[in-house]
Amino acid sequence: MPETNAAGQRELTFAQAIREALAEEMRRDKTVCIMGEDVAEAGTPFKVLSGLLEEFGKERVLDTPISEAGFTGLAVGAAMTGMRPVVDIMFGDFITLTMDQMVNQAAKIHYMSGGAWKVPMVMRTTLGATRRSAAQHSQSLHAWFCHVPGLKVVLPSTPYDAKGLLKAAIRDENPVVFFEDKMMYKLKGAVPEGDYTVPLGAADVKRVGEDITLVATSSMVQVALGAATLLEEIGISAEVVDPRTLWPLDEKTLIESAKKTSRAIVLDEGYERYGVTAELASVIATGAFYDLDAPVKRMGAMHVPIPFSPPLEDATVPTEQTVFEAARTLCGR
Amino acid sequence: MTSATQPGEVLNDVALWLRMYTNMVAVRLFETQVNELYTRALMPGLAHLYIGEEAVAVGVCEALERSDYITSTHRGHGHCLAKGASPDRMFAELLGKEAGYCKGKGGSMHIADPATGNLGANAIVCGSAGIATGAAFSAKHLGTGRVSVCFFGEGALGQGILYEVMNLAELFKLPVIYVCENNLYTEYTHYSETTAGDILSRATAFGLLAATVDGQDVRAVYEAAHILIERARSGVGPGFLLCNTYRYHGHHVGDINREYYRSKKEEQRWKNERDPIANFAKWLMDQKVADKTKLDAIEAEFADEMRKAVEFAVAAPYPVHREVGEDVYA
Ligand SMILES: Cc1ncc(C[n+]2csc(CCOP(=O)(O)OP(=O)(O)O)c2C)c(N)n1
Repeated sequence: MPETNAAGQRELTFAQAIREALAEEMRRDKTVCIMGEDVAEAGTPFKVLSGLLEEFGKERVLDTPISEAGFTGLAVGAAMTGMRPVVDIMFGDFITLTMDQMVNQAAKIHYMSGGAWKVPMVMRTTLGATRRSAAQHSQSLHAWFCHVPGLKVVLPSTPYDAKGLLKAAIRDENPVVFFEDKMMYKLKGAVPEGDYTVPLGAADVKRVGEDITLVATSSMVQVALGAATLLEEIGISAEVVDPRTLWPLDEKTLIESAKKTSRAIVLDEGYERYGVTAELASVIATGAFYDLDAPVKRMGAMHVPIPFSPPLEDATVPTEQTVFEAARTLCGR
Repeated sequence: MTSATQPGEVLNDVALWLRMYTNMVAVRLFETQVNELYTRALMPGLAHLYIGEEAVAVGVCEALERSDYITSTHRGHGHCLAKGASPDRMFAELLGKEAGYCKGKGGSMHIADPATGNLGANAIVCGSAGIATGAAFSAKHLGTGRVSVCFFGEGALGQGILYEVMNLAELFKLPVIYVCENNLYTEYTHYSETTAGDILSRATAFGLLAATVDGQDVRAVYEAAHILIERARSGVGPGFLLCNTYRYHGHHVGDINREYYRSKKEEQRWKNERDPIANFAKWLMDQKVADKTKLDAIEAEFADEMRKAVEFAVAAPYPVHREVGEDVYA
């Protein structure tokens, strides 16, 4: 049951917000269907989809074999010919199996056909480490898709954004990859009832500040907000900006924030090397060049396969504490 | 754990039967401890228990030499043990400790051990089909006489790579056996909902020699595996062994409420009527190979060994911080 917060707003978990977006879109548009492993009766291992089978039936909530390449390809063809499929790739690590379908097919069909065909599909998948799931179940590989023209990449960080962005993604005429942080499914936040969308390509300032900008995506937004609280205690005012979609990218909001604060750290749980942080840092370094008082700092996952052992795994991703330290250093304190 | 048949060793069946019994008991006791570790919140993450399926790993590995290769799955503890891994280092790995088989970096789903020919457990469904086939390729080209066994759950039948490598294996006449453990469920879905047509003919279509066995009968598994393995070793070509079996526990240790995908009655029926260890014990006693006292003694001995192995792992230190950046490149 949804809860109400102090301000009288309805609260949902991140998982409930996703489910509500899907349910509303499926009610609105009969061509929307869901496909993936254990999505029906089981409602996915994370129980994100529970209840959808009961409302929409087996024709629209389809359990597939463990055939990621096959059902992703099927979704591409179905999207080209009148459906709006939402495919579920349980762990982001398994996107590797769908790569030809997404990169060589879905991403290029509109362009290669001179605009004749379009592929309005969504791939929902996950990212994030620290679940003690080891190297093949812990990666954050969203940068791979950002590299490919023709794909849109969405990374919600709150229940509100999750619902609005997913609805926008489903209505988009292009293939959209939608990454959910596995550790965030139980995060609660205000979510309005009924229809609204969050446009793809609009960043959001999650916290207003004056001294330093923390640009953070997905799982790193909560980390940045935590670090901002620690920074406030030592008199540093941090602004937290969430791009929400990596492509299209709201460069303007990022640059304006950095111009205002004159310092920026970019945080993303994907690998730091050749990763999302490199692109965002470059956007800021170029756009805010004359206003910066320090080089833009990047923080992402360590360049190692994610280890199983807890003390090792914890060392691979930025934490409130490491972000706090980095911000303090950048501010010369 | 008792080692597999050594080359040249003259076997009488009694020794083989008792070894298989012992190894099945060891796997079950190991897994029972894993479940304990999870319930006592001593193990990070999750584990996929092999309880109920012991006869498959034990029967197949009994037909292998120590130097032969295996690849394993997310439900891999049974394969690793049956191939000769030692419980203490396995528990250490499950707890993320330095003394583990992978220095704690792999965990439950990634145990690998070159000394016993274990190329590694794999958390990607069907992720090791290529690797197992490649090991068979090198065995053939280097003339080592080794055979490679690829264990996988029936869920892996959904992956295209399986069909690509079976085709390659037959074309190249590679000494590899694909062992399909059909425990009836993928994660939370009955296999009949995800598997069209006939399983065995997927292999025979490529020309592999394929067989089905009762995966709860360790002697049947051993005999079928032995035939396919020796045929492959002699260069005739690859094989496919379908073992019908059942997992007693959830998909993983945290999968407790299972009624929405299978009934308690069904689980109970398998446990009561089809248990590979109880049924084999009864057969051994009927044959007068062993009496209850002897079988109980085997169990007591291994229960004790497993407890000690757990104590070792719990007390063992975590890897030092510097270890996180080691082993990324060779
Ligand atoms: C490529 C890939 N897709 C999905 C998963 C998630 N997953 C892990 S185990 C599993 C079911 C496997 O079923 P099966 O192969 O029959 O093995 P069992 O668990 O029954 O032993 C799934 C879907 C995965 N690990 N890898």
